[in-house]
Amino acid sequence: MNKLAHRKEVDKEGLNLGEIRKDFPILETVVKGNPLVYLDNAASSQMPIQVINRISDYHLSEHSNIHRAVHYLSEKATAEYENSREIVKNFLNIESSKEVIFTRGTTNGINLVCQSYGSKFLKEGDEILISYLEHHANIVPWQLLSEKIGTKLKVIPMTDDGDIDFEAFKKLITKNTKFLSLTHISNALGTVLPIKEMVEYAHEYDIPVLVDGAQSVPHAEVDVRDIDCDFYVFSGHKMCGPSGIGVLYGKSKFLEKMDPYEGGGDMILSVSFEKTVYNKVPYKFEAGTPPIAQAIGLGSAVEYLQEIGMDKINQHEKNLLRYATDELNKIPGVRIIGTAENKAGVISFVIDGVHPHDIGTLLNDDGIAIRTGHHCAQPIMDKYKIPATARASFYLYNTMSEIDKLINGIYSIKKLFGA
Amino acid sequence: MGTANLYQEVILDHNKKPRNWGKLSNPTHQAEGFNPLCGDRINLMLEVSHESIVDIAVEGDSCAICKASASMMSATVKGKTVGLAECLVAEFREMVVGDKKKGVSNKLGRLKVFQGIRELPSRVKCAVLPWHTLFAAVNSQNNVTTEGSDDPTS
Ligand SMILES: Cc1ncc(COP(=O)(O)O)c(C=O)c1O
Repeated sequence: MNKLAHRKEVDKEGLNLGEIRKDFPILETVVKGNPLVYLDNAASSQMPIQVINRISDYHLSEHSNIHRAVHYLSEKATAEYENSREIVKNFLNIESSKEVIFTRGTTNGINLVCQSYGSKFLKEGDEILISYLEHHANIVPWQLLSEKIGTKLKVIPMTDDGDIDFEAFKKLITKNTKFLSLTHISNALGTVLPIKEMVEYAHEYDIPVLVDGAQSVPHAEVDVRDIDCDFYVFSGHKMCGPSGIGVLYGKSKFLEKMDPYEGGGDMILSVSFEKTVYNKVPYKFEAGTPPIAQAIGLGSAVEYLQEIGMDKINQHEKNLLRYATDELNKIPGVRIIGTAENKAGVISFVIDGVHPHDIGTLLNDDGIAIRTGHHCAQPIMDKYKIPATARASFYLYNTMSEIDKLINGIYSIKKLFGA
Repeated sequence: MGTANLYQEVILDHNKKPRNWGKLSNPTHQAEGFNPLCGDRINLMLEVSHESIVDIAVEGDSCAICKASASMMSATVKGKTVGLAECLVAEFREMVVGDKKKGVSNKLGRLKVFQGIRELPSRVKCAVLPWHTLFAAVNSQNNVTTEGSDDPTS
């Protein structure tokens, strides 16, 4: 079943893949004698040498604590850390860098809003709306909050294709709906939600909206002022940056009146045992020494992506998605889970008679890294009545011939299983 | 042994034609085992009489490694005493997560094909789940999972 092996390379998407791949030294890894084919980008993407070097330079010549001392290194580290905030601000068309809060990642950002906004402004009986397509990170914090303060969690259903059910969404809004928290792109199915329309609709009822952008910021141009959401969160490690860093964007009008998240150094102006005065935003939400090297690395990752161009990256992933979808659809017994019209570079699939975990283990023998499991989105698996899926997710450095290897790998597995 | 070899040995046979698959009409012991990380779920029934496992049935929804492990386990323990079955549980566990230097007990016989699972840490629990469930059943525990305080690999 090697009919694809001699297909000509057609990676001409306006991206210079040869050059891009050279930027990612890890792509030269050999797994069990085969070149690594990394298709687990929705879980974590790889870092280019430019970002690795930037982090290394920080450790070699800039490392210090920030916002504290008057000496050279501290001033340098502070300036670089704050410069990253500027870079992120410009990247997402944020109005003011005060609205950029560094977090540990998407999960941390959602928990921050839950605590600092939710605990303060939501009360018993209020309804929080999320969707069926959420990652556990956008489910569990709201459940914890609801257990504590008595809010109610309501879930917008999805269609069989994996799209959000917009009509059901409209009907679920009541006078008690006080918060909407939605993913921009589903990490399990790749569905792109009509987020701008949903925000607009919620705002007609004065409902604040948080958008989980973990899967969108890395792959498409995001303009938070155009979307007009009130909060937007994402992680560095899925966008060519390091782990341990993420961003919460929030509109000033909300951030100003929210409570601090954690208490400690940096988030205060003055402390006495009688009264503490909190620092202004964004510092009010950045207690303690932050992940400085990681924040600087994130800034460097944004610059790397910008230089290549988010539109080109997005187009490249669309081409990969279309090709992979067509090829998977040709294989008897393979079913793609999630077939929404508007999808990002994520494909979940199952093979009749083969459990996804066996697919993952056997593809690893060919050096192919995919994710198998419920992708921290168990409600979606329950909806399709499957325990798990195999998921391939693409990024700027993936090639058409890597997809050919995936397809060949699937044919071999089918043969082994007699499926 | 490579992964593909492991699969070749266990899958071709046991995944397609699992032994003792189904239910018992009069089980004396029963347990359900669940691996929440990958969704593997098996239901095990035993008929124990005079300290012997006179019949065993397994069914469930799982990956090939778990299914083949369950099938081979059922064939191995059927007709054995409960005491010996418990001893095999310990030895199987030792083989896949214990001290590598100790070597593998000869009592395990054909089950030794699962030795290679050591090299696939993310799949160890798939192979252990049926044994873990058997242990629960003979100790009159009706539900076990591979996580938290029940974790058989820690
Ligand atoms: C849609 C979505 N939300 C939230 C998260 C959680 O991100 P993190 O683990 O970086 O906090 C992820 C990542 O797995 C995701 O894909």
